[in-house]
Amino acid sequence: MKNFTIPQNVAVSDSGFLFLASTGETFNLNEQGTLIYKMLQNGLNNEEIVNQITAEYEISSDLFQKDLDDFLHSLKTFGLVKEL
Amino acid sequence: MENKKRYERPVVIKQYSGFMNKFGSRPVLNPVTTIDGIEVDELAERFGSPLFVISEKAIRSNQRKANRIFKTRYPKVQFAWSYKTNYLNAVCAVFHQEGSWAEVVSRFEYDKAKKLGVKGENIIFNGPDKSRDDLTVAINDGAKIHIDHFDELYELIDLTSQLNKKANVAIRVNMDTGTYPKWDRFGFNFENGEAWQALKRIIAATNLNLVGLHTHIGTYMMQADSYKTAAIKMAQLAAGLKRENGILLDYIDMGGGLPSNNTLIGQYLPAEQILPTLEEFADAISEGLMTLNFQPDEMPLLILESGRALIDDTSKLISTVIAVKRLSDGRRALIVDAGVNLLFTRFWYKHKINPAQDSGVMTEDTAIYGPLCMNIDCLAESLVMPVLKKGDKLIIDYVGAYNMTQWMQFIHMRPNVVMILEDGTVELIRKAEDLDYVQMPEVLPEKFKSLPV
Repeated sequence: MKNFTIPQNVAVSDSGFLFLASTGETFNLNEQGTLIYKMLQNGLNNEEIVNQITAEYEISSDLFQKDLDDFLHSLKTFGLVKEL
Repeated sequence: MENKKRYERPVVIKQYSGFMNKFGSRPVLNPVTTIDGIEVDELAERFGSPLFVISEKAIRSNQRKANRIFKTRYPKVQFAWSYKTNYLNAVCAVFHQEGSWAEVVSRFEYDKAKKLGVKGENIIFNGPDKSRDDLTVAINDGAKIHIDHFDELYELIDLTSQLNKKANVAIRVNMDTGTYPKWDRFGFNFENGEAWQALKRIIAATNLNLVGLHTHIGTYMMQADSYKTAAIKMAQLAAGLKRENGILLDYIDMGGGLPSNNTLIGQYLPAEQILPTLEEFADAISEGLMTLNFQPDEMPLLILESGRALIDDTSKLISTVIAVKRLSDGRRALIVDAGVNLLFTRFWYKHKINPAQDSGVMTEDTAIYGPLCMNIDCLAESLVMPVLKKGDKLIIDYVGAYNMTQWMQFIHMRPNVVMILEDGTVELIRKAEDLDYVQMPEVLPEKFKSLPV
């Protein structure tokens, strides 16, 4: 099971504005992205995120896993998440 | 399931500063969920995707508006529907019901018009390629033959004498109207005197009945003044014919070439902001022709062969997202089920593409590719689109001109075309192709019919 770690110096607002203090870069997250990023900050692993999202939203776990992988890939590219 | 919230793919977008141009970029957020009051989802469910959707109401409204604009500026106006722009029978029939003649450039188009019931005298036969047989049919029908070159002129002289019949003819005139590129490959040149030479030859021929003059100065013309220049030169020829030969022409055909609201590739501002209005084009043409100074009853009929300006914005292409990908540079890419084989105009235009469903406020820089396994199949290199997922629909706008004639069966077959009638009913006007249709003209030699695999 994949686990992730989030850099210390990241601030995310409820509206999805993300500030990476170490580099001064800013990002925008949509509603789903904000929710998932906060889950990552709270230490949830891949399985827990899939379970929570698919319980709450109209999406199957297979389709969501594809989107989650893609989202995590983008986060990794931007240095917003690291895989443990 | 029904209590669950609406899902949108999670997205993170890096913000860049200092790269915006002064106009900013326009996010494509306005969903087009209905066409003429019919739900896009319903249309796609009934007729499949991709799907061309044409509005009868919009065609009639465009033609009536054009009639009004030109007829309030010039006393006698006749439109002739440019078949090559869109020759689906239903489309041509609507234009003919609105009073348009047919403007054709091949025997195939000519026969199509005749089969639809257009009288020979109301068919304008343009183009550089008319065979002896084509010309014979046109002469017998009393069609208006627009001569493109001297070889055609001499063929007509020979043919009419052999048939012992008169042909109604005009010449196509090309000229310098101050635009680039100069269109001098069709017809006879005005400036070097070739047009006069052709007219004199026609007048001298006993069986050629000179009824008009024709020009077509270009395509997607962005300067109304060019039409005024052209109309003045046509008026000079018409005045010369009256003065020197006592000939009063039935008509002057100013051709087409008026632009639609599609934005050209390489054009910075949207077409709506930079193109002259139809009124300005009409002003230019009528002012040019009015230099004739003839008596009102001697003024020739003004014929217009406008195509794209009347049909482009009446049609939309519904397309469905097949896959959502990410490119190596991190940009979003959509694969949709409509390719450039259906959207030939993609090579000239930056098409307007809208989502067909409500979406969140987040946007992504998105490339849109068609389904063909070919690198050229790109519908948009960079559009600011909402977050879309597999199965979502897009509406590609302003696709009425040239796509449903220049489309091709390539890798995929051509889809259904429907027309939404004025009363809201939806009619299938061209069936989607199937394997039998595509293979109908093929002949497989006998020795290839049994294969060992």
